[in-house]
Amino acid sequence: MLENYLPVMVLIGIAFAFAIGSVVMSRLIGQKKPSAVKLAPYECGMPLLSSVQERFSIKFYIVAMLFILFDIEAVFLYPWAIMFKRLGIFGFIEMGVFIVILLVGFIYVWKKGALEWEE
Amino acid sequence: MTEQLIMLGLILAKLGLIFIVILTLAAYLVLAERKILARMQLRYGPNRVGPFGMLQPLSDLIKLLTKEDFLPAAADKWLFLIAPGLSALTALLTFAVIPFGPPLEIFGRTLPLVVIDLNIGLLYFLGLSSLAVYGMALGGWASNSKYALLGSIRGLSQLISYELSMGLAVVPVVMMARSFSLTEIVMAQAEIPYALLNPPAFLIFLISIVAESKRIPFDMPEAENELVAGFHTEYSGMRFGLFFVGEYINLIILGSMLTVLFLGGWHGPWLPGVVWFSLKVLAVCFFFIWVRASLPRLRYDQLMHFGWKVLLPLALLNALVTGAILLWIGQ
Repeated sequence: MLENYLPVMVLIGIAFAFAIGSVVMSRLIGQKKPSAVKLAPYECGMPLLSSVQERFSIKFYIVAMLFILFDIEAVFLYPWAIMFKRLGIFGFIEMGVFIVILLVGFIYVWKKGALEWEE
Repeated sequence: MTEQLIMLGLILAKLGLIFIVILTLAAYLVLAERKILARMQLRYGPNRVGPFGMLQPLSDLIKLLTKEDFLPAAADKWLFLIAPGLSALTALLTFAVIPFGPPLEIFGRTLPLVVIDLNIGLLYFLGLSSLAVYGMALGGWASNSKYALLGSIRGLSQLISYELSMGLAVVPVVMMARSFSLTEIVMAQAEIPYALLNPPAFLIFLISIVAESKRIPFDMPEAENELVAGFHTEYSGMRFGLFFVGEYINLIILGSMLTVLFLGGWHGPWLPGVVWFSLKVLAVCFFFIWVRASLPRLRYDQLMHFGWKVLLPLALLNALVTGAILLWIGQ
């Protein structure tokens, strides 16, 4: 079974070699004239105005949490998708209940305004 | 022993060939995109290097190699160095499971035209497409620059949002083919491609992969008029090149996945399977370029609304309805 994955291993090796090789090549061939200004963070030619580690909107964090919930839902859908013939009507109803429970959560999230970006 | 050696040789030959073809294709896809975009905007596009600009990718490569490969002073060194490689690596690895033709008879043995026909090929693709987020996220974060950080955070939440509807749009395909193996999914479409059997899933998947490819109208991670270049603002030389190549390889992969899952893979009349497969993939790539020439960029809130409030419920509903119909037909 595991030797089935041998080509993937070889492919990982080739891809690694490609990524490292091309960067090393560019290191060797490319010119090097670093200067303090060149190495400063890009700010459209202006001197740096403020620190980079600024705060960003909490929305992004909420999206990440919602993603985990719904991704797990998708993970549960795959086994059902492949076995649903054998599970039959019973499996379908079970899955329906599962999805309805998640939908209730989804509606709650929606009503709470977690999906709003305007304000 | 010789048997195993021959098999290993075949695997290596296949991998090497695929690798070269993919990289060349990605390079020429860039040229094709520039040419087609130019034509759609009544320009000529690159036409100086070689006949019809055919040597442009080569000169681009030389330029990228000879550019200075610098490390911004404020950057997190190791993550900054790793990110572009990660981006190219995940894109290249996905190719292992894509079947690009029917099995071939060579020297009395059958040679499947896929690097490896995993029985979980579809999950392998979904897993790698999730990992692909890391290259962008780490690159933007490690650059320690405003534009890069904003681009990567935006991109992160865009990619994971549309990954949901992409994953859910695939569920009906698994139901109809009753397999995760991409070869078997193509086999199951011998008569009628799933794009016709289940158009909603096809449309949801199509929109999601345009978003996954970070291209117009979903190119928020690198919106050039507000974020300079988004997550790869601080990158130069071949590191930028790796991001760039990764992006175009990703485009070919998404096109191939659309072909495999919904457009019937290598099936088609008259022409050999490999030719059909390439034609379909190139048509999808052309569609991507066409979309880029035609549509404006979405606003960020519109983008998130569309993903969460329209595509996600639709994809869920479609999975349930498909299941119900298939069960009803089965009885």
